[in-house]
Amino acid sequence: MVFLSFVNNLINGISLGSVYAIIALGYTMVYGIAKMLNFAHGDIIMVGAYMCFFACTGFGLPPVLGILTAILVCTVLGILIEQLAYKPLRQVTSLAVLITAIGVSYFLQNAAQLMWTSNPRIFPALFGNGGIQLGGELTIPYKTLVTICACVVIMVGLILFTGKTRTGKAMRACSEDKDAAQLMGINVNATISLTFAIGSALAAVAGVLLCSAYPKLIPTTGSMPGIKAFTAAVFGGIGSIPGAFLGGILLGIIEIFSSAYLSTELANAIVFLVLIVILLVKPTGLLGKKIREKV
Amino acid sequence: MSKKILALALCLLLAATCFAGCGDGSSSQDGGSSSQGGAASEASQAQGDASAAEGAIKIGGTGPLTGGAAIYGNAAKNGAQIAVDEINALGGLQFELRYEDDVHDPEKAVTAYNTLKDWGMQVFLGSVTSKPAVATSTEANSDHIFFLTPSASSTDVLGGVENPLTETVEIERKDNIFQMCFVDPNQGSASAQYIYDQKLGEKVAVIYKNDDVYSTGIYNSFAAKAQELEIEIVSTTTFTDDTSTDFSVQIADAKDNGADLVFLPMYYEAASMILIQADSVGYKPQWFGVDGMDGILTLDGFDTALAEGVMLLTPFNADSDDEATSKFVSTYKEQFGDVPNQFAADSYDCVWSIYNALKDEEVASDISASDLCDKLIAKFTSSDFSYDGLTGENMTWDETGAVSKSPKGMVIKEGAYVGMD
Amino acid sequence: MKRLIIRKKSRKNFLTYGIVVAAYVALMAVMAAGAMPSAIQGLLVPMCAYIIAAVSLNLTVGVLGELSLGHAGFMSVGAFTGCTAAMALANSGMPSWGRMAAAVVVGSLLAAAAGALVGVPVLRLQGDYLAIVTLAFGEIIKTVVTNLYIGIDPQGLHFGFLKPDIGLGKGGKMIVNGPNGISGIEKISTLTAGFLIILLCLVVIFNLVDSRSGRAIMALRDNRIAAESVGINATKYKLMAFVLSAAMAGAAGALYALSQNTVTASKFDFNTSILILVFVVLGGLGNMLGSIVAATVLYILPETWLRQFSDYRMLIYAVVLIGMMLVTNSQKVRTLLGKLLPQKKTKEKEGQGDA
Repeated sequence: MVFLSFVNNLINGISLGSVYAIIALGYTMVYGIAKMLNFAHGDIIMVGAYMCFFACTGFGLPPVLGILTAILVCTVLGILIEQLAYKPLRQVTSLAVLITAIGVSYFLQNAAQLMWTSNPRIFPALFGNGGIQLGGELTIPYKTLVTICACVVIMVGLILFTGKTRTGKAMRACSEDKDAAQLMGINVNATISLTFAIGSALAAVAGVLLCSAYPKLIPTTGSMPGIKAFTAAVFGGIGSIPGAFLGGILLGIIEIFSSAYLSTELANAIVFLVLIVILLVKPTGLLGKKIREKV
Repeated sequence: MSKKILALALCLLLAATCFAGCGDGSSSQDGGSSSQGGAASEASQAQGDASAAEGAIKIGGTGPLTGGAAIYGNAAKNGAQIAVDEINALGGLQFELRYEDDVHDPEKAVTAYNTLKDWGMQVFLGSVTSKPAVATSTEANSDHIFFLTPSASSTDVLGGVENPLTETVEIERKDNIFQMCFVDPNQGSASAQYIYDQKLGEKVAVIYKNDDVYSTGIYNSFAAKAQELEIEIVSTTTFTDDTSTDFSVQIADAKDNGADLVFLPMYYEAASMILIQADSVGYKPQWFGVDGMDGILTLDGFDTALAEGVMLLTPFNADSDDEATSKFVSTYKEQFGDVPNQFAADSYDCVWSIYNALKDEEVASDISASDLCDKLIAKFTSSDFSYDGLTGENMTWDETGAVSKSPKGMVIKEGAYVGMD
Repeated sequence: MKRLIIRKKSRKNFLTYGIVVAAYVALMAVMAAGAMPSAIQGLLVPMCAYIIAAVSLNLTVGVLGELSLGHAGFMSVGAFTGCTAAMALANSGMPSWGRMAAAVVVGSLLAAAAGALVGVPVLRLQGDYLAIVTLAFGEIIKTVVTNLYIGIDPQGLHFGFLKPDIGLGKGGKMIVNGPNGISGIEKISTLTAGFLIILLCLVVIFNLVDSRSGRAIMALRDNRIAAESVGINATKYKLMAFVLSAAMAGAAGALYALSQNTVTASKFDFNTSILILVFVVLGGLGNMLGSIVAATVLYILPETWLRQFSDYRMLIYAVVLIGMMLVTNSQKVRTLLGKLLPQKKTKEKEGQGDA
């Protein structure tokens, strides 16, 4: 019985963690290359979820088309935001960009509220309600399986993309040293814009998966998972793609275990406490690169 | 060196101006309070001017019109607007309604209230949610503006409730504050009584939102009553705003402890999440909700089959055949596009009960807020005043400010409420 | 040359003091004349609290150069401890300004203690890692305060954590009631007190910046390795600035709490930290006058003038925020704007912070 509930909690933790992981992948991607904390990421997730919701319930499209619609809209939105709000600030301090990102986040939330009202909507169960029976009381829901698979596929895809392709290498070059990359003939502006496009597409996927797992859809759906996923990205070492995955899964497990075995009231505090301890031991996160400072 | 001397001199100068400032401050503090009175009288003058032109009594209200809780504020605003339109169409006494946004934040609620005061508000529909209402009721009490909230159900809004542990009244009764909804403790103890009387469950689990006044208020009185009636509570778990997505731990705890009834003192959007997640792990206890559960059936995209058999105590039922209710629901649908919840019905009742209290009186539209407040307090607490509305019949109020009306036990069958007896 | 720089600097400091004092006198005059709408009057004391919070955060972000995303946590510590102190002294016969002062002192001392507690581990980290840890501490403080129960009865103060039953005797009174926070606060903070604390904070910050320690702190900001190589104790100076900043935030919290009827822990969340950071960045890093102006405008604006747009209020606020960031930071946008409105160009340059 004790063992059973332990395994159950583990499954729940991985389930929650896989959602954090997929959001964290988008965060870390944008951070790694553009070196900015895109606080609007959580809100692009929300837009993606709404798009998929309307496509699937309003127009009755199949889930795959719904997800594609969401990806399309979010990519366009991401590029638009980047061109209008972030691009003019490419040369200035990262703090100014951070505040602009917060402004964008407010904008998206309030625009969503005006367009779609704040009445909650229940996201349809795109991947069915059931799960794989593991004998007795244990079930792994399909949505968890889909989320984890999507996570792994995206992670591997991103690693291959940044490691093997020309564009991916250009992205890494930009992240190492923008000026040097420019001198090597890389179009830094275009590369960063592309990063935002990819990040926003990932956000759309994350939005669909987030809302499949936790179906309450409101204009602020993305904010808290966004903050948690940001934490997860730092936890794993921000900028590191496998780190985001690991950080997300661990964060989910810690959150579920602390609320199951310690206290539901203090679950959030415990998650953040673990984060602090980890960062004190490993100041650049679990898989983060050690930054060597130049004098 | 000279710089240091300069700095010192500056400090002295500052200190001097500060003390001068202090002297000023203390006198102007008194001045402040009197000027507040001045401002109030000015405001009433201003309102006299404005309403002389309009000839209407100005009713104000604050609620979350934007942000995460906006659904409640907008529903209350819309419900009140329908009542005002109906009343104005009758001729005679005229009302003018204005709602200000408080984003479910006490600080912003006070600003919203002050904005309404500057506008010349004469009657206040209070704040829609509890936390802001605790703040605005204190302000309205010191300004002596009549306050009748549709839905802020915390006892701290009314004040005057004794803490049983310490036998002290922590917040004095604010004599001009009234509620249209049930006060939280009534709901909690009524629910426990109901569960006990109907023998609905042997082992009870409770999940409540511990950073919410409404939810904790109901939970505390439920737990106290349950102890008195010796109902066995096997699992008590909580969640907060930040952790309101994943309920797997709470559900597993209730399930592992063999609870056959789960009490959910919370609003319907959180409750809907619990129902969905419990269903996905195959947990099917008897669910028991409170009035905040109302609205779950009209949630966009929610599979009402999941709510089958959910019981709740609620004052309002949008599916009722009652003539007044169906008229209200159809008007609401026509104007705002969705089905009204109990917040809308409560604020509709607020406006109508104020109208009923005033219709036989000689009330000039430029009456000062304070005079109107006296009239309304006298009327609401008088023994011969009662009001029949959407959320109850024969509602009466006494000096405590709490409404007396009986909650209807409802059970959800095939996607609709059915009365329980 | 050096003297000239110092003179220029102190002129700027004088200007800041002067504007604050002038604003105070002007506000008092308007209030004495009874011409102040109550909506604005109610905003003034909280506005002072936000100004103090912004100025104190500017010390961490602008002068020390470390991004903090959990500043509201220190305000929360100050608010709850300060308020507890003021309420515990309610029957002591102390005049209200005395209780107010006691609350501010208690609040800032305990916030300073929290700052030291947070600062020792946190300041070892750098950049965005430090930012996330401050965010984490802000959330931890919020959760802890949400589950904190403090009551008072004739025997003295009672504390409890997670359990509301803290064994209060007869005649006792709950002060901090867990998630419901503190309600029934006597509003004893005044505008005068608010402005006094603003001035005090400015005096402390300006003198710190102009002192040996201040130069050490700024040297650490500009180049940590170089500063350490000339023998500056990085931990000591960083901690000094951080703790001082936390103490001021605590004072702001106490002032804020005593201007409200009710405060809850959830008020001091991540969004509030961000709000204060917005004031600081918009006002210009290291520019105290900028922080004051930005805090005033951005706090008053959405609550008064923007109310006429009702539902579109926060949307417009967001657009204004993005627009302001673009105008003050992007050369391209500024030149574009300059072409459109040639006469406004110089004005914007003046308004720009000397970051």
